[in-house]
Amino acid sequence: MHDHFECIVVGVSAGGMEALKTILPALPANFSLPIIIVQHMRADARDWYLANHFNSLLTSTVKIANDKEAIENNHIYLAPAGYHLLVEDDRTFSLSSDAKVNYARPSIDVLFESAAFVFGPALIGIILTGANSDGAKGLKAITEAGGQAVIQDPSTAEVSAMPSAARNLCKNAKITPLPEIANYLIKVTEEKGRLI
Amino acid sequence: MNKNDLTRIEIELLIDAIKKRYGYDFSHYAQSSFRRRVENRLNALGLNTISDLIPRLMHDELFFEDVLVGFSITVTEMFRDPKFYRDIRTIVIPKLKTYPYLKIWHAGCATGEEIYSMAILLHEEGLLEQTQIYATDFNNTALKTAERGIYPLDDMENHAKNYYEAGGAKEFSEYYRTQYKSAKLKGFLKEKITFANHNLVTDGVFGEMHMIICRNVMIYFDKNLQDRAYSLFVESLIHRGFLCLGTKDTVAFSIVSENFEILAKRNKIFRLLPNAKLRNRIGEKHA
Repeated sequence: MHDHFECIVVGVSAGGMEALKTILPALPANFSLPIIIVQHMRADARDWYLANHFNSLLTSTVKIANDKEAIENNHIYLAPAGYHLLVEDDRTFSLSSDAKVNYARPSIDVLFESAAFVFGPALIGIILTGANSDGAKGLKAITEAGGQAVIQDPSTAEVSAMPSAARNLCKNAKITPLPEIANYLIKVTEEKGRLI
Repeated sequence: MNKNDLTRIEIELLIDAIKKRYGYDFSHYAQSSFRRRVENRLNALGLNTISDLIPRLMHDELFFEDVLVGFSITVTEMFRDPKFYRDIRTIVIPKLKTYPYLKIWHAGCATGEEIYSMAILLHEEGLLEQTQIYATDFNNTALKTAERGIYPLDDMENHAKNYYEAGGAKEFSEYYRTQYKSAKLKGFLKEKITFANHNLVTDGVFGEMHMIICRNVMIYFDKNLQDRAYSLFVESLIHRGFLCLGTKDTVAFSIVSENFEILAKRNKIFRLLPNAKLRNRIGEKHA
């Protein structure tokens, strides 16, 4: 049905800055899949600071996702502080200020479950370093919809609780050391493109 | 047909059933959030499919009222986004002081924390006496909570922190009385507030308002419904009236974008331009 991946979602918490700094700059300029990231942060955190930092580092456009904004290739989106980020069927974002999920807003589960619903097998979900269990259920939803799950090898994570929780719930996920995640993404997206 | 396609059909049937039976129309809500709320409700009830929800909703009105609460309540705080209230104080209040009386509409007030925040701010600025506040929501249960003005005592610490960050200069605890584990806001804050049921999806223009506050509601609507609501706000504002939105809301990409000037970009305070004309009037586009 799907002959290629269309989108990548990433969930990351404590230690996220370093993990993202390892993965994102290692992706080549022609790696065009949109990447949507939930980095746990406080509601009053300066989310735009993180976006600006990566925007100056990368060739892709890095920005805070806006309500109703269309998801585009060559873009990296960060969930805004204080809001859940969700994906709609028409490949636009919507935001929600519903209750926290797993003590988090934005919550990784909320993004992952909505993206799994929309992208199905064309989605890659990645769980990185973090201190709680947010994202494990969402990653499972991605695999149940036929998508690909990737988990940072907990032994390479600054904080291993989150990838460990994801691994416990999501048995068929690809466990990958942090420095190899970018290469793995390049490989699977090329492979899937060649299959049909 | 895969599971998600089935869910899409079931959501459509659910929305249709609610609309035909009770008149509430969720078809122009952002579907991902709506679906999440439905699924949360299914889990809480121990039901397996959305289809299982429909017969109960059809035949049990009390059950529907209960489900409706879950479809609409958003989480809020007093002086949520303190910098917003700071901007209201410094940018909007001086202009509001030029009017002999004020009408303020808080659309989608949910459980009311933000209405009382505004009432406190108006009181401190000496404006509450000449102000009439209309607090509306389509959810009667939420409205009742708002009208009661009683909130968990545990939340007060955070509310107080927000109040001081918002530029509050009094003792925040002067504004409520403690009863067991609750805080009851003082009666004078409520005197100028009228609570009423109003649904932005189906109801019409609401008075001639100096200021409309509608925060974190628009993100739950799709673009069509956002345009309807924004048009309604333009029609309900007086000449040069103020529109205050949530941090992530904006009129910028709506059909009324050209009618407003921006007073506070980050905190989303807008003002009707002189001679603002509605390009698309409500009746023509959404009849």
